[in-house]
Formats: sequence, structure tokens, C-alpha cells
Amino acid sequence: MSFEKFYVHNGQSWPLEQVPVMDEASFRREILKSCETGGRLVNLFGYHAQDKNLYLCAVIGMDQEGKLSVFAARMPGGQVHFESLTPVLPQAHLFEREIAEQFGIIIQGHPWLKPVRSHQDYSFYEIRSEETHEVAVGPVHAGIIEPGHFRFQCHGEEILNLEIQLGWQHRGVEKMMAEISLERAMLVAESIAGDTVIGHGTAFCNIIEALSDTEVPLQAEMIRIIALELERLANHVGDMGALSTDIGFLPVSAYFGRLRGEFLNLSMELCGSRFGRSLCRPGGVLFSLGPEMIEDFRRRLLKAQKDFMEIAELFFSTSSVLSRLESTGRISRQTAEELGLVGPAARSCDLERDVRTDYAFGMFRFQHIPVSTVVSGDVYARALIRRLEAQRSIEFLLEALDQIPSGELLKKPSALKPSHMALSLVEGWRGEIAHVAITDAQSRLMRYKVKDPSFNNWIALSLAVRGAQISDFPLCNKSFNLSYAGHDL
Amino acid sequence: MWQILLNRFKQGYRTIPYPKSVPSFPKRYRGRPVDVKGEVNLGELLFNEEAPKGDFTYSQDHRLAVSKKEDLILKDNEIKLARALDEKTKRLFGRSLKLRQVCAGGCSGCEAELQVMNINVFDLGRFGIQFVASPRHADGLVITGPVTKNMELALKKTYEATPHPKIVIAVGSCAISGGPFRGSSEIRHGADQVVPVDLYIPGCPPHPLTILDGLLRVLDKLDKH
Repeated sequence: MSFEKFYVHNGQSWPLEQVPVMDEASFRREILKSCETGGRLVNLFGYHAQDKNLYLCAVIGMDQEGKLSVFAARMPGGQVHFESLTPVLPQAHLFEREIAEQFGIIIQGHPWLKPVRSHQDYSFYEIRSEETHEVAVGPVHAGIIEPGHFRFQCHGEEILNLEIQLGWQHRGVEKMMAEISLERAMLVAESIAGDTVIGHGTAFCNIIEALSDTEVPLQAEMIRIIALELERLANHVGDMGALSTDIGFLPVSAYFGRLRGEFLNLSMELCGSRFGRSLCRPGGVLFSLGPEMIEDFRRRLLKAQKDFMEIAELFFSTSSVLSRLESTGRISRQTAEELGLVGPAARSCDLERDVRTDYAFGMFRFQHIPVSTVVSGDVYARALIRRLEAQRSIEFLLEALDQIPSGELLKKPSALKPSHMALSLVEGWRGEIAHVAITDAQSRLMRYKVKDPSFNNWIALSLAVRGAQISDFPLCNKSFNLSYAGHDL
Repeated sequence: MWQILLNRFKQGYRTIPYPKSVPSFPKRYRGRPVDVKGEVNLGELLFNEEAPKGDFTYSQDHRLAVSKKEDLILKDNEIKLARALDEKTKRLFGRSLKLRQVCAGGCSGCEAELQVMNINVFDLGRFGIQFVASPRHADGLVITGPVTKNMELALKKTYEATPHPKIVIAVGSCAISGGPFRGSSEIRHGADQVVPVDLYIPGCPPHPLTILDGLLRVLDKLDKH
């Protein structure tokens, strides 16, 4: 069975009936074929259409061409089986587990079909031997961090396997989104991951704007990406501080920690919240960036830039830091590609993947931030990529402050279009955030699918520590700094 | 080494003189509601820009912590801020309070603001307050998040593992009322549905100084500075 490919662009909506629907076997074939020819699984999820049928929908990103292809499969009624893609396409592993959990589909041939967010009837992977031992950590951790369970199977100090079991943070975000008002859904979107308020907030706004054909004023688009880059800066700088803490390089840890606050405070200056809450709203933004504030921002950013360069230089020129970071927790380019990693985790493995360039959204259609990559794929690379990206973000912000268009801030969106689907990708500081929404015939949201970059990247942490020492784990963990809440939803 | 020393010199002393003086908040900061018509529940308020709808306005006042759940409901401009612990508990915790943080479904916003209190700007340690790695070492718990069903047991166990006497602090709208997730079937609506709470610190997330104010208030340390 052949069909015509259906391409969409980022931030677009389209009538649901335009999505090519095929049978399960062709669906599977199509995903595999697309991924063999440069495609990447951006999303794979299920939904119940109004005809009560269950559909699986795939979004494939052709990163090099900047095209996104969407297609779906109608699943037969009754007990549903689906032949797993994972053995040939490892990046599908978690998507399939999620589908199995959410819709009770039996995924045949999946190598390890364990629950994603539910904890019922699950027994952990074990290695039985007199020479190995097990270390279990969490869900309540030693530091001030989110809950997750980590189980190490070790031989002496060497980690043979790390199993990560998440789901503790599950608040039912996707289900809620389809039940509450759009005003409340906006606030929930801002709370998907509290350190990615602008990222998820923008993705949600883009969805609503696409579904209502709202043209966002340029000034609002600009303020959104300024806030997005501030968010990236705060988190990248904070992560470098956290790495310094774990190495025990305390002066630099304190400096980075303080510097992170400078970016958070800029965000508070802009919208009253250190994390960017209340800034993005469907149709635009709630706050302006006036001439006085621009001057203040520029002065503070220049100061932060100088501080950042000096502190980063101190960090990266210290030989004991380098010897701790280099070759620790290495992920090869091939592994990164097979697992479908995104964001800085992918770019530190020499994969040039960046939504800001590949599927430019908002003001990035007119303004460009060069993509940084690092080759080595180790903790050092993940630290260095943060330094490079932070530098570029500051440079970008300094330029952007001069170019804020005038005009409106907010254009109230009209009603949502019925029976439409919309897609929005945003490059959050952790990587690709993908939201997909489907409206029913009454224009209500009937399915809202959220994918945080952490969803793609958690598996990389397991692999990064394989064969390493337990003492390398904190460092590897910080080098990815993934979201539990974003994964658990 | 010289470079480290040079940097140390350049970075200077960064700790703010709080509570001797309170730094000024930006104009757009949304603090304690004032000019309240009717009533506002601080525990449910998400401190979002559109929330007031003419019923109140946000002030620059960061002080929000209260001891009792009913004190969260603002009826006019008076707020009954948290009161100090009783003499006996104060004698125990007043000079050294060790806290264990439990994130029970928090989005990491509140967690980030708690974490930041350890950095040199806020320097929590100078007040004798410290976050510790185990509930067995702790005098109290700081709970964030609405308490997801998946975290309920872990939270109970952590509470039980903390020796008596102990205090429990709920930080953020989620931990007080479920916050933005109110109505979800996957959560319990706040920490006090599972364990008794002694101090409520509203906000989404609360500013680090709001949290600090609450902590210093129960330890009765605000006037002494």
C-alpha cells in the first residue's frame, strides 16, 4: 500500500482527516523506512478518535530538510497487538512502553516492556551472583531534587547495569489538559517542568495559536525568545555550577550559582517571576520590554557575560577539573543517534540537532543562533556544550535587545478549529519539546500529547554509567540534568 | 592557584544582609495580595498575573508564611503571619534546625528555590539551618509538590523515619492545595492530606526570601537581627 506523504511545518495545524491513515503493517514499514532515510522519531503516541477507534500517530522529523511528516494507523477493535519497532529502531523503546501503558496495547517483541509511570506489579532487573551486589537509591534522594529510583547492579565498584525507574512525579498532566479550561491549561503547561516554564509555555501557546489561526505580534515573539534564551542561560550556568559542586571545586560552584541568579532575576524583572511564569500567553506575552528595561538588561547582561567568561575560563583551565570530566560517561555518536537523543546531550555527541535551526519557530525564523556541537560525548563534552551555548545565548540576547519590534503585545486568539491537529516543537534548554494537540468536533482539546526532551534522554544516563564506577554516577547525572517531572507528566 | 585567588577577589562578598535589610523587589514582582475585596486563598493562588480580576492587587511584600491553614485565607489586608514555635521546641531547634526535603510531585520550581538558599547570596547556614541527606538526621521535613499517589507511601515513610519532635513545612501552592494540578485524579491535594503540617509557605514558587522569612519566623529569629 502506498500513500502520499503528508508534511507539516512546526507550529502548524491541519484538519485531522488530512493525516494519512494506514493499516498497522504499513505504518510500521513507513516509520522504519523514514528512519532509514534520515528521519528521526519526534513523537509516537496513541489517541482515541471520536469514532471510538484507537489510532497510533507518528511524527517523523527529517532534520536535514527541516520537514516533519505525520501519519497514523487505525488499530482494530478488541485486544490490540502491535509488533514492536524497538528491536530494529531502539529510539522507539519508551514511546512503545508509554503506548502499552496508556492504551493497554500488547507490544509484541519489545525487549523490555516495563511500566513507565505506574508502579504496579513490577519487579526490578536482577543479576544473581555471589560476586555482585545491588545499590538502590531513591525515590527520596539525599539532595534537594526530584524523586526517581535508581538501581545499580555492581561488580565491586564497576556498574554493570543501572536501571532507572521513574513515574513518582506523575500528576496526570496529559489527561488534565483535555479536561480543563484553556486558561487553566496554560498554567498547567507552565508547571510541566518548573525549570522549563518558557519552553513548555511557548510550546503550549504555539499549539493554541496554530489551532486558532492567530498571528502572534512580532514584538511578543521576540520577547518570548529573549525569555527562552534567559531560561537556557540560567539553567546551563546552574548546571556548570552543579558539576563544579560534584567535583568539589567549590569557589567556581559558588560563582556559577550566584551568576545563575542574575539570569533568573532578569526574568523576574521582565515578568515578575524568576522562572518566567505569567509571561507567555496564547496570542502573545503579558509584559513589554521598554527602553529603560532594555538598557538595564544590556548593562546587566554585559556584566554577566564578563563574569561568565572569567569563571568558565577558570573552570576549564583547571587540570584537575579536566581530568575528572574527560572520558567520564561517554556516549558514542552512533549510540546517540540510535537512541534518538536530543538537545545538548545530542550536540555533545556531534549530532547537529537543534529545533531553533532545523524547525525554526517564532522569531528564530528571522534570527539565527549558530548550532554548537562537541565531538567527544563525555561529561566534558556536556559541560563544554553548555559553555558554548551560554556564550552564544548571551551574544544573541545582546543583539536581540536592539531589535525588538514595536506594535502589539497580545492578540486574543479566537475559538479553536474543530477536528484539527497541531504540532509545536520548541528547543528548550534540555532539547526538543514536542507538543501535539487534537481537537474534537466541538473544538475541545481531546488529546494533548507532551514530550519533554528528558523522555528521549533518560536512557542515555543508564548507558553513560555502564562500566563506570558508582562514584561517576553523580557527575554523569548532573551532566545530563534531566527532568523527572517532564518525563513523568 | 593565583587565578583562583584573583577570581575570589573579583567576585567579592555576595551574601545579602537579610533580614537586617530587605532587597527591593522588581516592580512586576507579585507578592502578598492587598486591597482584597472578598477573600483570597493564598494556598490556592498561583500568583499569576491575571489572577486578581479586580478582586485584589499584588504588593511587593514577600512575607507570606502562615502557621495555620485557615490563616491562608486573606479577608482584608491583615495577614496573620507564622508564629514562633513554643519555647520548648524553640530551645531544641532555635540554634540548629536540620531539614530533610521531600519532593512529592513538585515541578522543580520550588525545589530550585530551596536549593538556591544554600548558595552564598542567601547563605542559609548562617541561621543554623541546614538541609540534610537523611530523614534520620533531620528535625523536620520540607515538602514540595501536591503529593502524587506514587509518592504518598515514600512521603509517609520519610515522615515516620524522622525522629520526634519534628516540624513539617509545606512549600508552594502544590504542597498546600495541589496548586495548578488541583482536580487531578493522580494526586492527593497537598501535604497535609498525608502528614500534619506546621508551616505553610505559599507561592508558585515562593521567592527564596519568602521561604527564609517563614523559617526565621518560626525560629523567632527575625527581631533579633
